[in-house]
Amino acid sequence: MRNAFAKQITELAQADERVVLLSGDIGNRLFDDLKDKCPDRFFNCGVAEANMIGVAAGMALSGLRPVCYTITPFITYRCMEQIRIDVCYHHQPVIIVGTGSGLSYASLGATHHSCEEMGMLRLLPGLAVIAPADAIEVRGALKAALKSPHPVFIRIGKKGEPVIHKTEPNFEIGKAIPVRDGKDVCLLSAGNMLPAALETADLLAAQNISAKVVSFHTIKPLDEATLADAFKNFKLVVTMEEHSILGGLGGSVAEWLSAFAPAKARLIRCGTADEFLHETCEQEEAREHFGLTAAAMAARIRAVLA
Amino acid sequence: MSDAPNLDLIARQLRLRLIQMSHAAGTPHLGSALSCVDILVAAYWNVLKIDAAKPADVCRDRFILSKGHAASALYAVLAERGFFPKAWLDNFGKHRAPLAEQPAPNCAPGVELATGSLGHGLPVGVGMAMAARIQKRDYRVFVCMSDGECNEGTVWEAAMFAPGQRLEKLCVIVDYNKWQATGRSNEVMALASLRDKWAAFGWNAHDVDGHDIATLTRLMKNVPDGSGKPVAIIANTIKGKGVSFMQDDNNWHYRIPKTEEVEAARKELGLA
Repeated sequence: MRNAFAKQITELAQADERVVLLSGDIGNRLFDDLKDKCPDRFFNCGVAEANMIGVAAGMALSGLRPVCYTITPFITYRCMEQIRIDVCYHHQPVIIVGTGSGLSYASLGATHHSCEEMGMLRLLPGLAVIAPADAIEVRGALKAALKSPHPVFIRIGKKGEPVIHKTEPNFEIGKAIPVRDGKDVCLLSAGNMLPAALETADLLAAQNISAKVVSFHTIKPLDEATLADAFKNFKLVVTMEEHSILGGLGGSVAEWLSAFAPAKARLIRCGTADEFLHETCEQEEAREHFGLTAAAMAARIRAVLA
Repeated sequence: MSDAPNLDLIARQLRLRLIQMSHAAGTPHLGSALSCVDILVAAYWNVLKIDAAKPADVCRDRFILSKGHAASALYAVLAERGFFPKAWLDNFGKHRAPLAEQPAPNCAPGVELATGSLGHGLPVGVGMAMAARIQKRDYRVFVCMSDGECNEGTVWEAAMFAPGQRLEKLCVIVDYNKWQATGRSNEVMALASLRDKWAAFGWNAHDVDGHDIATLTRLMKNVPDGSGKPVAIIANTIKGKGVSFMQDDNNWHYRIPKTEEVEAARKELGLA
């Protein structure tokens, strides 16, 4: 996803001279092409994320379209107030891109995990929160964010994630993308969980359970039409995310569901627990810890349907 | 000299206005507003290239009052300079009036930024100054902040970043009134020497009398000063300046003047 971001931002900067990239001292060599093609619109802002967000707001207030980029926990938790006041209160179209989201950097420890930031950010008025599923969606999300007059947060993973989409879907903020059809359960996947969601659907199919799979890439604003369809027409709706079950996609859907009637389906939220992950592990092992593997999620779904 | 405005008189009139506004609206931070009046007068009468008829002109100089708690001073100055009717000041802080205790985004022509939480004005000002260079626009950015505000980490992140970007059209004015909300600013944190700190961070730093309009004017007018560095003006001021019973008394960070105090202040300021 990182490389897709670098390629797309370079294309966008070439096409639109308002686009400026601010990096928080990461992406060594990642942006060489951009620096080469648009040398006056790339800035390494150092290890000073709060300042970087304020700088971006000042640029947006002056008519530019800044894109801020660094590791997710640092570009969110650390500068929450700058995002809230400088960007959202002034409703400036700043694009904030966090890399290594969720459990992508599991091995670096909980300082580098981001399993709470969507819950925090979606509380900010006017800010869209997007979790693209793969490199194709990263490109779509970035293009859509640049067309939007609103501030946007995009959480991306690392590099080398499977590319799911064969062709580029029409990416609209707030409009989920159906990936596979089914009739019994509806799997709503946020971000990099999409491959695991598809694998879960495969495991369920082997047990004669038909699962629809949706890339539910926008956590705010919610795609209410897709949710209404899911809760009316399926036995079970399952949210999947590398994020706490509090506040992220699952939390958002639960809030939405509390005011939706009549719902046929019940909701299962697959995500991280309300804890810091203390064990030394890689991303896949971290997913095992939180029951986020396809096997664990399929077993949980089967148990509920039994 | 006959056509030049009497800036000393204007500053005294503004001070009385702030006292009246605090009294009428029951709003605190009067001492903080009084201390920065001369800085604002120098900027808005002598330095800034701005036009009240075109407050959103993309080439205007920017002035950010980062110490948003002193917003009454900015409002009074902008009204006096014709950005909006002076009658707006009468409704300062009132329900649904445009001028809140601390400014909201786009609350009034001439207000560049919603401030109130400290440490935000400089990073945003840095972004504006960088935008000027990217867009090849010839404006300057002035950021006025408080000494207490210099406690905030973002001030120093931006202070390190701006000289790194050689933002010579950026100027910080620290309203160094020696007090923050609940204590002496040099005792709460090791603030001194502010001039040395800004100089060490790569700024051309000046230590001046913050009530000397001529000196403030000369330094601000001289931005960019040709050195390639941003400029920091440490403006040594007196909190509550202009009224003997408010000067350097930190109770006036929160106190609201009574009717008789407004009248006493009027006499001291030499205004009828």
